Amino acid sequence: MFTFISRRILQGLATLLASSFLMYLLVSVSIRPLDDLLESTSPNKAQLIAARIELLELDTPVVLRYVKWLGNFLTGDMGTAWVSGQAVNDKLGGAVVSTLQLVGAATLLAILFGVAVGIVSALRQYTSFDYLITFVSFVLYSLPAFWVAVLLKQWGAIGFNDFLADASQSWPAMIGAGVVMGLVATLAMGGDARRRATAFGIGLLATTGVLAYLSLSGWWSTPHLGPVLIAVVGAGAAFGITALSTGLKNRRALGSAVSVVVLGVVLYTPLQYLFAGISMSWPLAIVLGLVAAGSGWLVGRLWGGPDWGQSARTAALTAVVVSAMVFVDRVMQVWPKYFAAGAIKGRPIATVGDRTPNLGGDFWVRTLDMYTHLLLPTLALLLISFAGYTRFSRASMLEVMGQDYIRTARAKGLSERTVVMRHGFRNSMIPLATIVPLDVVALFGGAIITEQVFGRPGMGQLFIKSLQHAEIEPIMAYLVITAGLAVLANILADLIYAALDPRIRVNA
Amino acid sequence: MSTPPSPTPRGTLDETPPGEVVENAIELKEVEGLSQNQIVLRRFFRHRAAVAAMVVLIGIVLLAFTSIGVGPLPGWWAYSPNQTGTLTNPGGSPTMTLPTWLGGSGLAIGEHPFGQDEAGRDVFARVMRGTQTSLIVMVVVGLVASMVGILVGALAGYYRGALDSWLMRFTDLVITIPVLVLGAILGSLAAGVGGAYLLAIFLGLASWTTLARLVRGEFLSLREREFVDAARVAGASDRRIIFKHMLPNSIGVIIVNQTLLMSSAILLETALSFVGMGIRYPNVSLGQLINQYQEAFATRPWLFWWPGLLIVTIALTVNFIGDGLRDAFDPRQKRIPSQRKMDRAAARAARSTGSASTGSGSNGSGSTGSGSNGAGANGAAAEPAL
Repeated sequence: MFTFISRRILQGLATLLASSFLMYLLVSVSIRPLDDLLESTSPNKAQLIAARIELLELDTPVVLRYVKWLGNFLTGDMGTAWVSGQAVNDKLGGAVVSTLQLVGAATLLAILFGVAVGIVSALRQYTSFDYLITFVSFVLYSLPAFWVAVLLKQWGAIGFNDFLADASQSWPAMIGAGVVMGLVATLAMGGDARRRATAFGIGLLATTGVLAYLSLSGWWSTPHLGPVLIAVVGAGAAFGITALSTGLKNRRALGSAVSVVVLGVVLYTPLQYLFAGISMSWPLAIVLGLVAAGSGWLVGRLWGGPDWGQSARTAALTAVVVSAMVFVDRVMQVWPKYFAAGAIKGRPIATVGDRTPNLGGDFWVRTLDMYTHLLLPTLALLLISFAGYTRFSRASMLEVMGQDYIRTARAKGLSERTVVMRHGFRNSMIPLATIVPLDVVALFGGAIITEQVFGRPGMGQLFIKSLQHAEIEPIMAYLVITAGLAVLANILADLIYAALDPRIRVNA
Repeated sequence: MSTPPSPTPRGTLDETPPGEVVENAIELKEVEGLSQNQIVLRRFFRHRAAVAAMVVLIGIVLLAFTSIGVGPLPGWWAYSPNQTGTLTNPGGSPTMTLPTWLGGSGLAIGEHPFGQDEAGRDVFARVMRGTQTSLIVMVVVGLVASMVGILVGALAGYYRGALDSWLMRFTDLVITIPVLVLGAILGSLAAGVGGAYLLAIFLGLASWTTLARLVRGEFLSLREREFVDAARVAGASDRRIIFKHMLPNSIGVIIVNQTLLMSSAILLETALSFVGMGIRYPNVSLGQLINQYQEAFATRPWLFWWPGLLIVTIALTVNFIGDGLRDAFDPRQKRIPSQRKMDRAAARAARSTGSASTGSGSNGSGSTGSGSNGAGANGAAAEPAL
């Protein structure tokens, strides 16, 4: 194992070195830092050109420049971008954070939705739902990212902001949305006529009911969750998670999940005082989330029983959902204040940048501001990577469900839930686990288009802007970081594969 | 014969002892007596979405290349992409109108069906030129990437050893750079020199890696097969074995992968042109059009919609064709009729055996064994299944 990892790391470093050299050559050929001067008409043109050549050392051979750059890079000095005179290290810091926010949110959501839809589509192979999902994912897959982004910006942002300014929906629109959701639910559930009718009814009533409640209670102007909604949604989540992970027959698991929800609702009011009393920050929020998951686990442990691990797992997952809701609720509470703030100008859904300048406000306001800036670019990225994950998880699930051990599991008399979730789902996720690291890295470097359209100062913007300004240092920093992450992701993918699939041996 | 005979179906009559039913006899019945190419073509043409996509794509290609002409050859369209003129409609809005039953003012194409931009240039002509560029880029990227990918993969897989390890290290090296980034760097290199062709060749040089890995994998397994040994014993040269014996056997993987690559090549080129790293003025590309006109979205939406719709349509049709090809080449692909169709076929079979005198040939033999009865039901259901 150790030899494998160290060998792969050494190989990766060698690749990185070769790739950085190749890239340095390519970039220095493709950028033309003298272009603006060559076209200028100023009298001291020759002098200016000489000064520029001096500044960028263009008269030294490119290989020597590379060696010099490499020496600086290895000592941690990434150079300066000569047009703006900013140090590359400073530029990178902000860009990395901005990109991580975008890519993190989009990837997480794309995996969640994509995998769920792909699995259902595979389980309902050759049904209308399957064909519908296949078609939709093909369309999404063929969408140019920049076109979607521009459409969302020009249409989505303006439309949604207009809607928020005067938030009310007409009954036909609400019922129409309900019918659509009902139809999707019908197709997804399948089964006999009665089951389909039930699914349609539930989909229609739930969607229309929620929309009507939101519209009539003025939720859009003062969004909130509150203890009641948290209790309702949390109970739904508790039942859903239990049904998927252990089955509702496991009373201890169900009991621990429900008691976590009760605990969350009871703690809602004290938590509000806690939030008001301390100055919140992201590390603290993450710690609180971990504490919540840990107490969920503890609740499951206390319920005991021979199989307490399952209860603990279910309860911990439920606790994460409930605590996320409490967090979102607290962020929502600052919405009226945010909406009325002068810097917002009544248009809360932003289309440019990653934060509102001169907004001020505490942690919660800044978090809300981050969300409103993330909404549209995340949606643009989500739409496209969602399609990829759907296709992938569908194919993977179909492959697994055709295996002999699935037939064996059915023949043993295991319940359909156990067959699908334990034997099918888990195994179909193995190949996915190996492409996720690669995808994250690809997105990390490749959100170029989305960042460009929405003007987010991320890594992709850094690269494109530097390429346009003919600054080699930031380009090289960007390239080495993405390439390094790609090498790391490859090693990680191999290790994950080996850990998940006992048939693979890494020290081969 | 250059390709080895496909493994003989074990269900053919002379091999099967009478009375024994081979497990997959039903599936084999469909492809009896057909060559590999015929089977693939047949399966492809049964994929309705793929065939429809192909028709649409051919239509777009014809429209794009005949309407405004190619190079010196003139087309039948009255305007050229960069020719300015006076605005026909106020604001340059499209002259194309819908028929009255769709709420328009009567079906008409008019002089500028896609409208005009602020300088009075005909958007139809511009979009057609952009489509030409994108199609050319797509094809050239596909060709270049195929050539490099096949060469690298074939050499690595066939010779193995040191050559393999060097070629694969080089592939890993190229993979570490995202294609879009590599494309942007190469694209700005190409922009100073030439037009679409050079850009396309460079993009092809950036996107061959997946194919090289796939071909290598195929070759690693193919080189252990008997027909390769046979060819070698017969005195065939390495080149002949690679190109005449092994390559035709991995053509399925190559074609499918390249089709999907071509659809992503369109998206890559338009994205690069959108950020200004690809096709530049005076050449026209669909991505460049969108970039140029995105500010006009509120006032002249037609400038924005048509190029985007064409990109989506081309990418979608190529994707569907790729999907159809994948199904056609995949030997494991089985078309399982849905439960409803099975029920319907079973009902039909029951009805026709009920009226025994009119029973068709296939149902007549149904009495000899459950296997061929299933074949009858399957055959009946399989036709409308796609």
